[in-house]
Amino acid sequence: MTAAAERTAVEQGAEDILAVARAQVLERGEGLTEQQVLAVLRLSDDRLTELLQLAHEVRMRWCGPEVEVEGIVSVKTGGCPEDCHFCSQSGRFPTPVRAAWLDIPGLVEAAKQTAATGATEFCIVAAVRGPDKRLLSQVKAGIEAIRAAGLDINIACSLGMLTQQQVDELVAMGVHRYNHNLETARSHFPQVVTTHSWEERWDTLRMVREAGMEVCCGGIIGMGESIEQRAEFAVQLAELGPHEVPMNFLIPQPGTPYEDYPVVAGSEALKTVAAFRLAMPRTMLRFAGGRELTLGDLGAEQGMLGGINAIIVGNYLTNLGRPAEQDLRMLDDLRMPIKALNETL
Amino acid sequence: MNEGFCGWCGKPGAEGDHATCRQRLSSIDPPRYCTSCARRMVVQITPSGWTARCSRHGTFRPGVSGPAAGAPPDPAKAGPAGDPTLSLA
Repeated sequence: MTAAAERTAVEQGAEDILAVARAQVLERGEGLTEQQVLAVLRLSDDRLTELLQLAHEVRMRWCGPEVEVEGIVSVKTGGCPEDCHFCSQSGRFPTPVRAAWLDIPGLVEAAKQTAATGATEFCIVAAVRGPDKRLLSQVKAGIEAIRAAGLDINIACSLGMLTQQQVDELVAMGVHRYNHNLETARSHFPQVVTTHSWEERWDTLRMVREAGMEVCCGGIIGMGESIEQRAEFAVQLAELGPHEVPMNFLIPQPGTPYEDYPVVAGSEALKTVAAFRLAMPRTMLRFAGGRELTLGDLGAEQGMLGGINAIIVGNYLTNLGRPAEQDLRMLDDLRMPIKALNETL
Repeated sequence: MNEGFCGWCGKPGAEGDHATCRQRLSSIDPPRYCTSCARRMVVQITPSGWTARCSRHGTFRPGVSGPAAGAPPDPAKAGPAGDPTLSLA
C-alpha cells in the first residue's frame, strides 16, 4: 500500500492508526496528517500503553536518547497589556500576581541555579506584548553579566512579538533560540486572545527563523479546544517546523477567565504528547508548565517514555515545579542522558 | 492559629474551606498574599526558589516546610499553633 493509500485508509477508518503510524512515522520519518493525529487522539484509553510505546520508539529512532534540560526565569512579571485568557500575568484580569522586575544580579543568580542542574538552556522571559528599549537593554545587560560570570549555557529569550530590528538585536546579543508560542490551534486562538492575532505571532516566528535563531514554539493543552483543534494545532506546529515545541497543560489561574477550567486528565495529556510526537518525529518536545498538576510523578515518567525528549526543570514563571533534583533523578533512573552543551538534538 | 489570612486566596484563614489553597500551596504555587495583613505581595520566582515581599511585613522565603508556606493549617491536622513555613528574610 502506498503512503497516500495508507492515509486514506486511516481517514476512512479502514486501517489501524497505530499500524499506519509505525510504517509512516517510525520507519519513514513522515509525520502524521491532521486526520491521522485526530485518529490517534480518539484512541481508547486501553490502547494508551501501546501508543506511548510507539511514540517512544519514534523519539528514540529520530531524536535519540538524550534529553535537553532547560531552566527559565521571568525578568518582567505581570502587568502585561494583552488578554491571554490563561495567563495570570495579564494586567486585564484581577489575578493576585503583582508586577515585578528582576534585577541583573538576580538574573545571573537564576542562570547559576539553572547551570548547576546541568541544564544547557536558560530562557529569559518577559510578560509583554513586545519588548521596549528598557526591556531589551535589561536583557542585553543580563546576558553580558551571565557571560562575565563565566556561565557556559545557551541563552534563549521569550519577549513577545518582535520587529525585525529587535530580532536583529537579539541575534547580535547572542540569543540562540527564541520562544514564542502559538498557544493553540489557529481556529481556537480568537477564543483565547483578542488583543493580537495568531498571524501576528506567526510573523514573529518567521522573522526569528529567517534571522537564524532556533524557533521554540508550542502551546497549552486544556484551554477549551476540541480534540479536532488539538489535531489542527499539531499539524500547524509541524508546518512551522520549530526546533522545539514546549507542551504546557493548563493550570487554572485564579482571576483569569479560565480559573474554573478543569485540569486535563492524565491519560488525555499523555495521548496528546504521543500524538504530537507522531506529528513531529524529529522535533524536540519539551515538558513545560502544568505537568505536575496534570500528570503527577508517575505521569511525568510515562511522558518521558511516550515521546518527550526535553524538560524544564525547577520552577516556572509564576508557578513552582518539582525540585530539579527530582527530575534529574528521574532521567537517571530512566537511563536518559542529559544533552551536553553544543550538541544538537 | 497565628496566621490571620490565607497566603493563596487572601481570605481569613479561619473562614471557609482552604483545602484547595493548601493543595496549590503545597504543590505549584508560592504564596501571593501576606498571611499577616492579606496584602498582595510582590513575588519573584527563580529556578530554585522564590521570594514574596509584603510592603508592610517584609520579604518571605520558603521555610523549612517548603512550598506549603502561607497555607492555613488543615483543621484535620491541627497541631501546635503557628505556621513555621514562612521565614522573614
